[in-house]
Amino acid sequence: MSVIQNVSIGLSEEQAMLLDVARGFVRDQAPIEVVRSHLETETGYDAAIWQSMVEMGWAGIALPDTVGGAGMGVGSAVPVFEALGSGLLGTPLLSTTLAGQLIWRAAGESAADWLGRLCGGSVATVALLDQADWGAANLGVALNADGTLSGAKHYVSDAGVADIFVAVANEGGAPVLAIVERDALSEAAIAPNTLIDLTKRAANVDFSGVVPAQVLRGESVASALRDTLLLGALFTAAETAGAADKCLRSITEYLKTRKQFGKLIGSYQALKHPTVDIYVGMENARSFVYHGATVVGDEALSVDAEVACRMAKVSADDVMVYAGDRSVQFHGGFGFTWECDSTLFIRRAQWAQQMYGGALHHRKRLASLLLDNR
Amino acid sequence: MSDNKAALSAFRKEVAAWMGENVPADPGFLLPLTFLEVGTEQQLDFLREWQHKLWSAGYLGMHWPSEYGGQGTDPAYQYIVDKELGKHNAPIIFNTIGLNWVGPLLLDMGTDEEKAKYVKNILSGEEIWCQGFSEPDHGSDLGAVQTRAVRDGDDYVVNGSKIWTTLGNYADHMILLARTNTNTERKYDGLSFFLSPMKIEGVEAHPIRKVTGEYGFNQTFFTDARIPASCLMGEEGGGWTVAMKTLEYERGVTAGQASGHWGVTIQIDDMIDELAQLEHDGEPLLSDPVVRDDLVSFVMEAKALSLSGRRMAIPALNSDYPMGLALSVKYRGTEYERRMKQYTASKQGAQSALYVGDANAVRGGFWQRAYFSNFGATIGGGTTQVQANIVAEHVLGLPK
Repeated sequence: MSVIQNVSIGLSEEQAMLLDVARGFVRDQAPIEVVRSHLETETGYDAAIWQSMVEMGWAGIALPDTVGGAGMGVGSAVPVFEALGSGLLGTPLLSTTLAGQLIWRAAGESAADWLGRLCGGSVATVALLDQADWGAANLGVALNADGTLSGAKHYVSDAGVADIFVAVANEGGAPVLAIVERDALSEAAIAPNTLIDLTKRAANVDFSGVVPAQVLRGESVASALRDTLLLGALFTAAETAGAADKCLRSITEYLKTRKQFGKLIGSYQALKHPTVDIYVGMENARSFVYHGATVVGDEALSVDAEVACRMAKVSADDVMVYAGDRSVQFHGGFGFTWECDSTLFIRRAQWAQQMYGGALHHRKRLASLLLDNR
Repeated sequence: MSDNKAALSAFRKEVAAWMGENVPADPGFLLPLTFLEVGTEQQLDFLREWQHKLWSAGYLGMHWPSEYGGQGTDPAYQYIVDKELGKHNAPIIFNTIGLNWVGPLLLDMGTDEEKAKYVKNILSGEEIWCQGFSEPDHGSDLGAVQTRAVRDGDDYVVNGSKIWTTLGNYADHMILLARTNTNTERKYDGLSFFLSPMKIEGVEAHPIRKVTGEYGFNQTFFTDARIPASCLMGEEGGGWTVAMKTLEYERGVTAGQASGHWGVTIQIDDMIDELAQLEHDGEPLLSDPVVRDDLVSFVMEAKALSLSGRRMAIPALNSDYPMGLALSVKYRGTEYERRMKQYTASKQGAQSALYVGDANAVRGGFWQRAYFSNFGATIGGGTTQVQANIVAEHVLGLPK
């Protein structure tokens, strides 16, 4: 068996159409000026755009139709996230999609009520991190014998607008999922983070004293959590690949119009060749992302799927960090200013590269997956 | 399973069985790693016989028309043969310039007479082809070709010199790009394309020794060589278009090649298998965290290349940069292989310093030789740097 393993890429007609539709939606509804107008607002996005996305069925894009989702397979979220990334459009879709996956994978159709609410547009998010480490057990919040939670979670995406929190908690050493509604939390329990990417939002959330609306227990919780983190890596990679393409287009546009020393700067190989490397890296990231979309399924993720998700994340992070960094540099003095979109790209790169584990996290695990079972 | 799938699967079995019986054993002398390194008569005779055997069995140029020596099948059949050649570590199919560039070019743009005259002998190995594009002063800048061809009666008289002529000392014919007019506004319009004989008076090929220590390249000198005017392919002054089409076949941008087995196939698994035999600090090399991390990068590169091959077949996933994946294959693939071979050659402790010929060299110095040999791929057919310009200009639309 080759170390390359599975290299399948397939896209259903529905998914290909979705990619077109989603790209068109982002282009029409969320040009960069609209994104910029929300950089310093409280929620970071336009409620009307989110509402349109919900109406198109995107809130349940990754969920089966038996619980109100689109029923197109979990991989169908990939084209949507790529399109969102290509417009740097925030919105709580990533948080909601992953919270939906975590609940679905832990409880299946028995959680249809929660999942139905998500598909209908209730914002949900996973509260995972105790501290900064995506690779830690993250069981610092306890579910006590009296049914209350104690402890806080950090860097919870979209916590400020979430209606439903899925908190990973510790019950006698085992992971459980505590579902908490927003109205069970006080105003003071949510302390916003100052994120590097102004299109994104997150907060620390103190769950102390809160009684969850429901607790999901059992053996399925650990594997649901593992798979949700892998899907988080894949969906973030899709979004990042889209953003890298947007960044590449911004660079090439500038290289085609800006003159220095009497020549278009795009004719200089010192700028041209690194731009080609961004292009190649972006295409690689997209190949991994599409491959990931092909091999993930509604059932527990296979080893092939795990490898695909991790490679997608590493590949997308690498190219986005490079693209954002070079975008600032290649735009010269203008690139260093707030006005230049390079600001958005380099900030997105630095945000994305840690989400659901950075390159170090995934490469270490890939080394074992690829080399230790030959 | 569809009928087609069943047929291909049966064919794969048939070919595998044939290979099992017919792939020649190690001849006891060094065989070239690629078609760029055929340097001795002994190698030539051996490889010519092997190619003839493969063609006689009906396994070469399978998708070429039967009237010109092919089988008229779907290209999928040749792809299967090539895969099996790789799997069986078969010697290379060496007449590559004929099989992969000239043959497809003739089938595409040649006259019926040209096809009838040349194509079958390319497949059988009876006639060997070489390419006369690059010149000593003009490697990457083909438009600047200086070799002159002057019409004189029924002949053209050729003077000048070509370089990096792979197989030039053995070849029967050359695809020759020469200047027939020095007074054109655009330098490209003065070029003509010839199917030129090699074994005539006034043509001499001088072998050039390479960084590998082996031969295979030549410098070819033309001194008042008279070639018949009937050797002109296309119009006089129309050579640039034909040459560019040839490069499409050479770079694999356009399909139609008779066999992809022009070099020893080295996979990522070969690399890992080799490294798995080695030690570092008294421990298995593959337990070293730095090496493990490096290998993750190599595997990802190899996998990304395979994935992009799959993606090319799905237009919906290429809609925004339609030619991008195809035009960047050479840029990515050849550089990945160069670094992969250098890496493997350099992780052998003191044995890293040994070369082909030393009894203690790891796998006979295979990786060291393969690394050096790989420059043929990163330089030939347009250097990596020229490839980057092509992607920049044709895919991203950046200015020249």
